[in-house]
Amino acid sequence: MLSRVAESIYWMSRYIERAENVARFVDVNLQLILDQPTGMQAQWDPLVATTGDDEVFEERYGEATREAVLKFLSFDTENPNSIISCLRAARENARSIRENISSEMWEQLNDAYLMVTETSEEWAMAEPHQFFTDIKVASHLFMGQTDNIMSHSEGWHFCQLGRLIERADKTSRIVDVKYFILLPSVSDVNTPFDDIQWGALLHSASAFEMYRKTHGLIAPNKVVAFLLLDREFPRSVLYCISKAEESLHAISGTPLETFSNSAEQGLGQLRSEFAYAQVDQILHSGLHEFLDAFQTKLNDVGADIYKTFFALRPVNGESTQSQSQKQ
Amino acid sequence: MTRFDGYKTDGFYDEMFFEDGSARPAVQMLVERISNFENGEFIRRQITAEHALLRMGITFNVYADEQGVERIFPFDLIPRIIDANEWEWIERGLKQRIHALNLFIDDVYHDQKIIKDGVVPADVVLSSDRYLEQCIGLNPPHGIWCHITGTDLVRDGDGQIYVLEDNLGCPSGVSYVMENRQLMKRTFPQLFGMSQIQPVEDYPSRLLDMLQYLVSDRVISPVVALLTPGIYNSAYFEHSFLAQQMGVSLVEGRDLVVMEGYVHMRTTKGFERVDVIYRRINDDFLDPEVFKPESLLGVPGLMDVYKSGRLALINAPGTCVADDKVICSYVPEIIKYYLDEDIIVPNVPTYMCWEDDDRKYVLENLDKLVVKEANQSGGYGMLIGPHATRAEHAEFAKRIKENPRNYIAQPTLALSRVPVLIEDHFEGRHVDLRPFILYGEDIYVLPGGLTRVALKKGSLVVNSSQGGGSKDTWVLSGSV
Repeated sequence: MLSRVAESIYWMSRYIERAENVARFVDVNLQLILDQPTGMQAQWDPLVATTGDDEVFEERYGEATREAVLKFLSFDTENPNSIISCLRAARENARSIRENISSEMWEQLNDAYLMVTETSEEWAMAEPHQFFTDIKVASHLFMGQTDNIMSHSEGWHFCQLGRLIERADKTSRIVDVKYFILLPSVSDVNTPFDDIQWGALLHSASAFEMYRKTHGLIAPNKVVAFLLLDREFPRSVLYCISKAEESLHAISGTPLETFSNSAEQGLGQLRSEFAYAQVDQILHSGLHEFLDAFQTKLNDVGADIYKTFFALRPVNGESTQSQSQKQ
Repeated sequence: MTRFDGYKTDGFYDEMFFEDGSARPAVQMLVERISNFENGEFIRRQITAEHALLRMGITFNVYADEQGVERIFPFDLIPRIIDANEWEWIERGLKQRIHALNLFIDDVYHDQKIIKDGVVPADVVLSSDRYLEQCIGLNPPHGIWCHITGTDLVRDGDGQIYVLEDNLGCPSGVSYVMENRQLMKRTFPQLFGMSQIQPVEDYPSRLLDMLQYLVSDRVISPVVALLTPGIYNSAYFEHSFLAQQMGVSLVEGRDLVVMEGYVHMRTTKGFERVDVIYRRINDDFLDPEVFKPESLLGVPGLMDVYKSGRLALINAPGTCVADDKVICSYVPEIIKYYLDEDIIVPNVPTYMCWEDDDRKYVLENLDKLVVKEANQSGGYGMLIGPHATRAEHAEFAKRIKENPRNYIAQPTLALSRVPVLIEDHFEGRHVDLRPFILYGEDIYVLPGGLTRVALKKGSLVVNSSQGGGSKDTWVLSGSV
């Protein structure tokens, strides 16, 4: 497969996953605010923090009001991580590799993009739940088509790789930001509100029902364990990086537990770290530090994937210049 | 009462109706069927079809516009129908033409017999911008230069069909032929059941066959790639469509590299050799070491590999010389010279501004003629005399006098018309026809081709970049 094509497939997939994640956690926050005790300040800035774009936001909008945050995360074309920007980037990538994905996949993605561009901002602000549901459904349809129509060969594995790395990153950020906000409110511990807050964190990753089945009552350490270390829940970090590792090895043909490039090495180390981690130890030595380190390592894996598969290889001593898309 | 009541041919040749308003034999079933639609049904289907085009992302980019702006290529549901007899004649004419043009191109890059024998003046060939000295003496596989041609045909007021021009460079539009057909099948399934319409769906297989045939004598399973300038090119949709349908790699210049005497693609697993390149970039941009040094679209060293015979390029570099509008006007002589046959489908009569008598006539009759630059296409760089202002006439007169070799003129043809849905009724609009011809083991003409229609009332310019749309083209099999 052409390096350029592989890179576009990878980013197409990452951007769709990113759009879906933004839709998911904004939607959950909207629901959460409905349940807040009256008189309590609505929490909008954590949403922006989750995307990692808080500085840009503050510069452009100042105060984190409902309107400003919804606009910034949904329709702001200058924010590269807004839903509309993600879908545009996904579509541009798909457009450059149309011959490699099926017509159905292309039409689905094109539909999703057209839907967002044709949606009026007023309507989306008034009916945000419907709007975000539409985005999630569009992303699921695309993923479903990818899994059911595309051959599970190299291209599909690059798709998986992009999707899973993006998802692992976003899940870790959601946990990081929420935990930081929830932890200090010791007075709320074991109140109904506390339960709702932790429930919302699970909802952000669509993990609530699966968590209930596994652990029953909500307990902060179990919630963290479920989202980071569960082996079966498809949005947990461990699950994502394990599957990403499988795809990486399927691409290179190197057996698991060995490595032939730095991406495999880095991802393998990261997976082992999670596979043998224990939640109480993580919480004891600092969840934020742990997640921060994880995100840095995951970024390194992204850079290694670029170096290994996408970057132009030098030929006959020619100098090559190339640039990766933004992480 | 039919849906076409009130439809007027306005004195033009109409592809569907006689002057008295009765339907031509080949289209009677279609007219009947459309007339049986309930009120609003046809319009509803037209809207559905347009929506489908947008969904499928069947769009093109407009150069003069902001980069990356996509528009759908307007599509009109009424098909243009050609009966079997007329098509048989067109097909014969096109095969003859391509056969002769290929011999001509090969000759001008080798012995130049046609020049030595005084049939085509040396000046005309050698002064053409499109005659590439770098191609002299080259021998493309099987001696084929023009593998893919999209010849434009028009019908004049008296019903005569003429060749307007051959597009031997990178003719585009064939993807619309296939997409239009698919859309029509979805829209009017019953009609397809009732009519005998020659299929167009096998074009990608035939194209792939031809591409592989070119190297079949030296490579067992050749690797084919389609070279595109990238997603901002106006025909990008077509490039990706054809690559997808043929299952070959769509590459950009930056994906290719010349190494150890072969062209390679840069893949995730290292370098992979390429044997055949269907290139959709112009000659000038192919190889910065041989042609335009500033080209970023091409591949340095590509021409060396081509010359060594380790790569097939489609169409062969240099082919475009026959696209020069002055050279094109010599096609009747070219056919006579190489095949000893009379031309079957005639050229549009052409005045050559570099000849004194012709130039005098052109300058005196600018208001009646269409003037074209010898090396432009896409509806750019032309003057439609009867529709132009006096200032435009003066401007072209000046340009012709300054550079007569670069201009030709043709009478303004009363292009034939077909009905087009305009709001809630049908009006006649001018059309042309671009059949596609493949030259591999033998010469194949895709039945029909792209019917382009000038959607602006009275306009004669059918190019998509200038407000044109398209229609499905039905070639009927058997007699009506």
